[in-house]
Amino acid sequence: MLKQIEGSQGVAQAVELCRPEVISAYPISPQTHIVEALSDFVRTGDLSPCEYLMVESEFGAMSACIGASAVGARTYTATSSQGLLFMAEALYNASGLGLPIVMTLANRAIGAPINIWNDHSDSMSQRDSGWIQLFADSNQEAADLHIQAFMLAERLSLPVMVCMDGFVLTHAVEQIEVPDQETVDAFLPPFEPRQMLDPGDPMTIGAMVGPEAFAEVKYLMHAKQIQALDEIPQIAADFEAIFGRASGGLVRPYRADDAETIVVALGSVLGTIEEVIDTMRDEGVRIGALGVKCFRPWPINEVREALAGASRVIVLEKAFAVGAGGIVGQNTRLALAGLPTTVYNVVAGLGGRPVTRKSLRGLFDDVLANRLDSQQLHFLDLNKELVERELARSTSGRPGPHTENMLRELGTVGSGSH
Amino acid sequence: MFKVRIHGRGGQGAVTAAEMLSVAAFDEGMHAQAFPTFGSERSGAPVVSFCRIDDKPIRIHEPISEPDALIVLDPTLLHQVKVFEGVGPEAYVLINTSRSFEELGIDDFSGGLYDGRLLSVPATDFARERLGRPLPNAALLGGFAALTGVVSLDSVVGAIRQRFAGPVGEANVLAAGDAFAHVVREKGRLADA
Repeated sequence: MLKQIEGSQGVAQAVELCRPEVISAYPISPQTHIVEALSDFVRTGDLSPCEYLMVESEFGAMSACIGASAVGARTYTATSSQGLLFMAEALYNASGLGLPIVMTLANRAIGAPINIWNDHSDSMSQRDSGWIQLFADSNQEAADLHIQAFMLAERLSLPVMVCMDGFVLTHAVEQIEVPDQETVDAFLPPFEPRQMLDPGDPMTIGAMVGPEAFAEVKYLMHAKQIQALDEIPQIAADFEAIFGRASGGLVRPYRADDAETIVVALGSVLGTIEEVIDTMRDEGVRIGALGVKCFRPWPINEVREALAGASRVIVLEKAFAVGAGGIVGQNTRLALAGLPTTVYNVVAGLGGRPVTRKSLRGLFDDVLANRLDSQQLHFLDLNKELVERELARSTSGRPGPHTENMLRELGTVGSGSH
Repeated sequence: MFKVRIHGRGGQGAVTAAEMLSVAAFDEGMHAQAFPTFGSERSGAPVVSFCRIDDKPIRIHEPISEPDALIVLDPTLLHQVKVFEGVGPEAYVLINTSRSFEELGIDDFSGGLYDGRLLSVPATDFARERLGRPLPNAALLGGFAALTGVVSLDSVVGAIRQRFAGPVGEANVLAAGDAFAHVVREKGRLADA
């Protein structure tokens, strides 16, 4: 049924249709509306049988998910930002034990400075946690990816994180095709656990492993993630056959066939990028985009193949490795190793700064006119004067807290138009 | 694409207004995208919400900087935030007030708009009368329908009823009808002038 609803509602309804048996979550913006809706479905009995566990923290939420999944329940949670960091230890346990938990990550920046708005710092901080990471670029895809995520998680017995941009998607009201129960049931079979704690047949999950086998167990995690590179396109194809629309997969090119310049990005910014590409295509510029739908495992061959024909690649990402550079950029450079492609790495949209068509157009024009140095990491719309004034101030005896200094300079104490 | 920006204060329903407008457009078979800007939410703090309406899917995810229509839920914002930023002469502006533009100190600005594009409506008065509470959002959507014709009053009424059940919904529907009628009268008056 086509509905005009908030992205969070769309995700909650999609998760409900997947018949989770245990949901354990702790509320944090911008994830809150998703878990509020699900707790309501459990309260009213619309989602039954399902146990909704109130927990004291994100660490408790993921720990409860681990327990629930280990006894064979289809298990779901959701979080954002600092919440993800708080469950970091348990994340590694979920993946290390091979438990097929599905989690929504409503992407939000990580403090300090404290900031509730969107970027990808949270998911990127856990990119090596052993969780599969899928990225939605629209609310429709966010809803659809959850249905695919349960299938993927349970086929491989691995946890899956569905990443969607906080506020930009979670709080946007748009039309979403919410499938009916019969269709979801036809696609997603009941959970058949690969391992299960059962008092009638006692066993251990999570034995201590010494040097004799630790590397092998870890290698197995890697091998299973690599296996996901085959499963994900297959599941996306099966989904399209049943639901009649394309969602998910590993990568999605946009007008990239004959493109000399290809923009690589993840998440909701892709829609805005596509608008700019259409405008530039109308002017005869051979430019396209590549949406990365699956960041972990990293689809290195698919990325290489999709970008091989381009002479310039612009990686636009909403996070970066402080002191090192781009994260998606580094992965993309690895995928293009040995090719003569020039890769430009640009950080944009940090802490909720809007990524506008105007700024994107300016960036693409700069790249096309060779005005950008590909050896440098670039920051879209960076207020360099503000940074330089603060750096100058830092040389004095006790300059005080830099966050407060910079806000005072901007006059943010009052309010702007937005 | 038709782009609407709504300015209000926390608690006045600016976010809900954008959502209801998107539902009204959706019910007419159009694509619509409503979204808010968020701060650390506090009652009374300036809030902005947005709604895009189009006959094709909407892919853009950026705030609206050049709106085709502006709805101002609280006239005290006019001198506090840059409400008119990016508003061109062809834009529609609907302000919730029972005072004149001269009293509000914005008659300078009104000269920049095409005739008949800037109107006021006492939406809070209508809401107080019908609902018993000073919540002007639903009423303003009635006024918006009359001013722009982008959505019909029927669709606005349908969206209000989907959002608010029972007597609260019906009271808001009446307030929206009052505002619609008020704007139709104002438009007529301006056309005759």
